Amino acid sequence: MSTFDVSSGSAPGTGRRRRTAGPVTVDGVPTRRNTELLMLAFAVAIPVLAYANVGLAIDGSLPAGMLAYGLGMGALAAVAHLAVRRFAPYADPLLLPLATLLNGLGLVMIWRLDKAGKLLRNNFPAASNQLMWSGLGIAMFIGVVLLLKDHRILQRYTYISMVVALVLLAAPAFFPSRTEDFGAKIWIRFGSFSIQPGEFAKIILTVFFAGFLMVKKDALALASRKFMGLYLPRGRDLGPIIVVWLLSILILVFETDLGSSFLFFGLFVVMLYVATERTSWIVFGLLMSFGGAAVVATSEPHVKTRINAWLDPMAAFAPKPPPQSSEQIGQTLMSLGSGGTVGSGLGQGRSWLIQFAAKSDFILGSFGEELGLTGLMALFMVYGLIVQRGLRTALAARDPFGKLLAVGLSSAFALQVFVVAGGVTGLIPLTGMTMPFLAQGGSSVVANWALIAVLMKISDTARRPAAEPAAIPEPAGPDRYGPGPDRGAPDQSRGASS
Amino acid sequence: MNKPIRRVSIFCLVLVLALMLRVNWVQGVQASAWANNSHNERVKYDRYAYPRGNIIVGGQAVTKSDLVNGLRYKYKRSWVDGPMYAPVTGYSSQAFDASQLEKLEDGVLSGTDSRLFFRNTLDMLTGKPKQGGDVVTTIDPKVQRAAFEGLGDKKGAAVAIDPRTGAILALVSTPSYDPTTFSGGSDSDSKAKAALDADPNKPLLNRALRETYPPGSTFKLVTAATAFESGKYQNPTDTTDTPNPYVLPGTSTELKNASSTEPCENATVQDAMDLSCNTVFGKMGAELGGDKLRTQAEKFGFNNDQVDVPIRAAASYFPKGSSPDGTAMDAIGQHDTRATPLQMAMVAAAIANNGSLMQPYLVAQEGSAGNVISTHTEHQMSQAVSPATAQKLQQLMESVVQNGTGRNARIPGATVGGKTGTAQHGQDNSGLPFAWFVSYAKGADGKQVAVAVVVEDGAAERNEISGGSLAAPIAKAMMQAGLGK
Repeated sequence: MSTFDVSSGSAPGTGRRRRTAGPVTVDGVPTRRNTELLMLAFAVAIPVLAYANVGLAIDGSLPAGMLAYGLGMGALAAVAHLAVRRFAPYADPLLLPLATLLNGLGLVMIWRLDKAGKLLRNNFPAASNQLMWSGLGIAMFIGVVLLLKDHRILQRYTYISMVVALVLLAAPAFFPSRTEDFGAKIWIRFGSFSIQPGEFAKIILTVFFAGFLMVKKDALALASRKFMGLYLPRGRDLGPIIVVWLLSILILVFETDLGSSFLFFGLFVVMLYVATERTSWIVFGLLMSFGGAAVVATSEPHVKTRINAWLDPMAAFAPKPPPQSSEQIGQTLMSLGSGGTVGSGLGQGRSWLIQFAAKSDFILGSFGEELGLTGLMALFMVYGLIVQRGLRTALAARDPFGKLLAVGLSSAFALQVFVVAGGVTGLIPLTGMTMPFLAQGGSSVVANWALIAVLMKISDTARRPAAEPAAIPEPAGPDRYGPGPDRGAPDQSRGASS
Repeated sequence: MNKPIRRVSIFCLVLVLALMLRVNWVQGVQASAWANNSHNERVKYDRYAYPRGNIIVGGQAVTKSDLVNGLRYKYKRSWVDGPMYAPVTGYSSQAFDASQLEKLEDGVLSGTDSRLFFRNTLDMLTGKPKQGGDVVTTIDPKVQRAAFEGLGDKKGAAVAIDPRTGAILALVSTPSYDPTTFSGGSDSDSKAKAALDADPNKPLLNRALRETYPPGSTFKLVTAATAFESGKYQNPTDTTDTPNPYVLPGTSTELKNASSTEPCENATVQDAMDLSCNTVFGKMGAELGGDKLRTQAEKFGFNNDQVDVPIRAAASYFPKGSSPDGTAMDAIGQHDTRATPLQMAMVAAAIANNGSLMQPYLVAQEGSAGNVISTHTEHQMSQAVSPATAQKLQQLMESVVQNGTGRNARIPGATVGGKTGTAQHGQDNSGLPFAWFVSYAKGADGKQVAVAVVVEDGAAERNEISGGSLAAPIAKAMMQAGLGK
């Protein structure tokens, strides 16, 4: 099948002009849109079958909404695909199917936990809401694909992004906290409607970092003084970004949203390292994170509880549990253990023992119990693939802004997956974030769909045969359109990302 | 910029790999430890997620698994003739764990026993619904019913054993309870359990296995066995040198008989047994000494805290180091001597089986039809007395039923031997005495059954309580049922 023909674009300079059969453009670069369509069919079919599986396991019959769900998911995916075909024809073919698969599986699991919900207090059905949010998420995806003509336009909004991100992050502090939010002040509420601005700030802050570092990267990399064997940049180069970053971390610590602080910290270090190509940033980053972690861990009682729960997850089951202990990690570990290698089967586990948080923070525990080690490994593979496609896009991108943005978005995604999954499985202390696409939560779904859309736009530009002029003049550098030191290796040439 | 991007990809790969390693550790290496953690409620829910195996009595299941399809539990346990079989089956409750066979055989009943693995796998492959294995008991429903109806609303216990094999034919304790009333997890189940726990009559107590009583005069069989085994007496017709009343050694306390008119002075062993003379056996015990008595008692199973049938019986007790007057009282089953009903049934069974005490057992087979995973093999627990001594003891017991206090247990066409007991207890013997009857019966067709019955305060009037009048009729009914008469 020609759509899987990887050779057509593998050799730089030759594939560009060669004509092959199948959906290729005039220039001969395969668009891989049919690949995407085929993968999308799988990505819709698997959750629909999973939905049927849950219905059969719990009620002994196919769920009544199965047809509507299948058609709805299929229609949403199809519209997204058509939008990509029309407005980002060269975009990466795997990102959309992978995100659709995760979103669909998440919906099925939330619906399944709704069904078990009568066993719990504090439980409210969430599947229909999540379905609506998924629709909005895909609408957001289409909107970005449609309206963002070129990702380089975002560069214009570098400083506006900074302001917006800070406002978004600070906003929840001005809204009253509620007991059911479990200590974290990360929501903005309008009546029954609420958004979690941190998820959007993740993307907007990445835009700011990318825009700022793109401009300053040479200064940061070259105009530095040597201090104790490390190269330190001048204050005027690094100052603004340090200030913004510190502000966001402080806001998050103030709102006790530790997962996000860690995420923003990692994001900052990774982007600085990629922009400057200086290993010293990693050293700085590690030193600062250890320092910061030590300070927070000793001062913040909320964190101490989390660390204790990580060290001894079964402490909450003792006859006299320590104050503020939570049994959720212990419950999750027991559900993972009960799931074993192949799991209990969808709908046949007892995930509700993890309590209502199963739908948000702990949905991975439910997957682990019902799909087993096999299922979790597959999910991690899917997440790993999304990250890998994003980093691949960064390699392929021809402009430093695009590179930085793609690296930032992908590594933020990877860090979030690691922080949540690591916390839930007891690898690291739990910090409380949502599993991208899988977990219940409107802001999370919409923001992550936007993230995927931006990545796809960057990959579209990267793989588009004839480079269009950039919207903003860029400083000359090796990464500009002409062949530079980064070009030439086959893996980053256009069209190679099969 | 591509070099750092590649390094970042490697870093992200490491993050994903770390997650994969972690879940492999939790779900692969540690999986069963988490799955079977004592706080993991799934274990409890799994037990009732599919039909539990049955406990079989006389070819019929006395247990059922009812599909209730509850939110947490799919099945609920119920019992046929629950109160009658409760001392055998125990209970298996969603909220209150399990006891007795339901607990001890849980691996088989719930199907998790590793020996059922092959069948379970086969069932999974052939699509048969999962089900636990069965436990086949040795209980004879006719004997069980005779004992249960005989005890009626009296407080007490009864045990029947096949002396030749050790198979337990009946195991009854009254007042009993219906395990079905609290097999679920609802409020009414909790209330039923709380009421049973608070009941002063202790219906949850398995009196047949788990309660020790002073055995009273039934212990005179052990004293007589010691006397024959040690050579102090050769024949049941040997006369004893016994005053009436007998003054306990080292004291001025007189040991009396039930009635002062009974001819116990210098009676023969057989007459003393017929009349249940305290003076004769008290003096006999004091002269034999505590050590000899204890050694003989231990051969019958006393002082053994590991009599598992497989439900563990409480250890029956014969004391060590009593003073001579204490030993005289121990020898007639008072003072510190204590025995479970099972223990006294074992004494009767060993005597009936020519001195050979067979290991008592309750479970004949485990597994389902066509897939038996274990069958009990009989084995001797000890040679309690020599066959010659056993013959002499049989002669004594048969005489008790023919001529003595055990006349109420006579069965036409069968050889019946027995011994009555009326055991004092409480502070200064203030409690209403316990009525005992320990016996065996042999039919013409070779069938045998050994029985022990104890009735606690069966009548309000103290002088109406005696083993012969209260316990013997129940034992007789059980023996008749066991012999099929």
